[in-house]
Amino acid sequence: MMAKRRALWLVLPAFLGALLVLPAAAQTSEPTDDQVNAIAKNLYCPVCENVPLDVCPTQACAQWRATIRQMLAEGRSQEEIQQYFVEQYGARVLATPPAVGLNWLVYIVPPLALAVGGFALLRAFRNWRRAATTQTATTPIQPEDPYVARLEEELRRRG
Amino acid sequence: MTEEAPLSSTPASNRPRWGAIAVWVVLFAILGLVGVGLVRSQQGPIGVGAHVPLFSLQTFEGETINVADLRGQVVVINFWASWCQPCEEEAAELEQAYQEFRDQGVVFLGVNYVDTRPEAQAYLERFGITYPNGPDLGTRISQAFRIRGVPETYIVSPEGVLVDVRIGPYVSLAEIRAAIGAPWGNRSDG
Repeated sequence: MMAKRRALWLVLPAFLGALLVLPAAAQTSEPTDDQVNAIAKNLYCPVCENVPLDVCPTQACAQWRATIRQMLAEGRSQEEIQQYFVEQYGARVLATPPAVGLNWLVYIVPPLALAVGGFALLRAFRNWRRAATTQTATTPIQPEDPYVARLEEELRRRG
Repeated sequence: MTEEAPLSSTPASNRPRWGAIAVWVVLFAILGLVGVGLVRSQQGPIGVGAHVPLFSLQTFEGETINVADLRGQVVVINFWASWCQPCEEEAAELEQAYQEFRDQGVVFLGVNYVDTRPEAQAYLERFGITYPNGPDLGTRISQAFRIRGVPETYIVSPEGVLVDVRIGPYVSLAEIRAAIGAPWGNRSDG
């Protein structure tokens, strides 16, 4: 009898504790707004131009965020969700365009333009400096005024 | 006392500066691409008289409809979305027109533009639309037609030529009848 009571006092708290924990565990499977927006900010509204999905205020965007939430609850990864949106609405929904076809230009042209522009500037500066030095070296020293020539001659004799 | 000017350096060789040429070629190529993109973005939707782009539409029921297979019939292609308020203004009239013309060989197709499936299907149910509707996956169809928004309706002749374009909602059933009924037959009179 005493043993049974002792067992009851052990089982009951464990059972009550489980009742407290299990609902919380069920709640954590529901994606949070932060989780939804972390994916939504990498997607653009397919209708409104240049508006990320996490800040788009339209009803349609709310539906798409709800779709993200549902897919997260189903256990889909970010890549799978993005792929789904691409299949449904085209690659333009991605904040970062995929590096396929002519999209490569987006990744290559800006740094290339920067490098070429910097190189061109550097060469221009060097050419200017070389031209200035050459000009100074090749300028003939000619007295424009005979008085100046006599003055220089006098200074050389005295100095 | 004059210093003799040194001999000037020999002129640069006459060989072409391939680096500079390459830069200019690349620059003009990129400008050309940008120009083509700008021109394309300024194009409006495809116009009357053009051959309609061929596409396949997978309906919400899982059926696949190829526009190429509809040659010989008048086809009404309506772009819509559940979030589109003006689309609601013509939804019921389009269904009425479909019921009126379906026995005269006129095919109605609804292309659902950037929408979510549950909301799209709720919209169809709300307005009792029974003609085939399907999502525009990847917005390929809307891009082929170069639509600017929804609703837009394109009417295709039996020869596959675009004969009417409606930007915005139809205001009445009579307008839809007039668009379908002219000019290639007396379909509206049966």
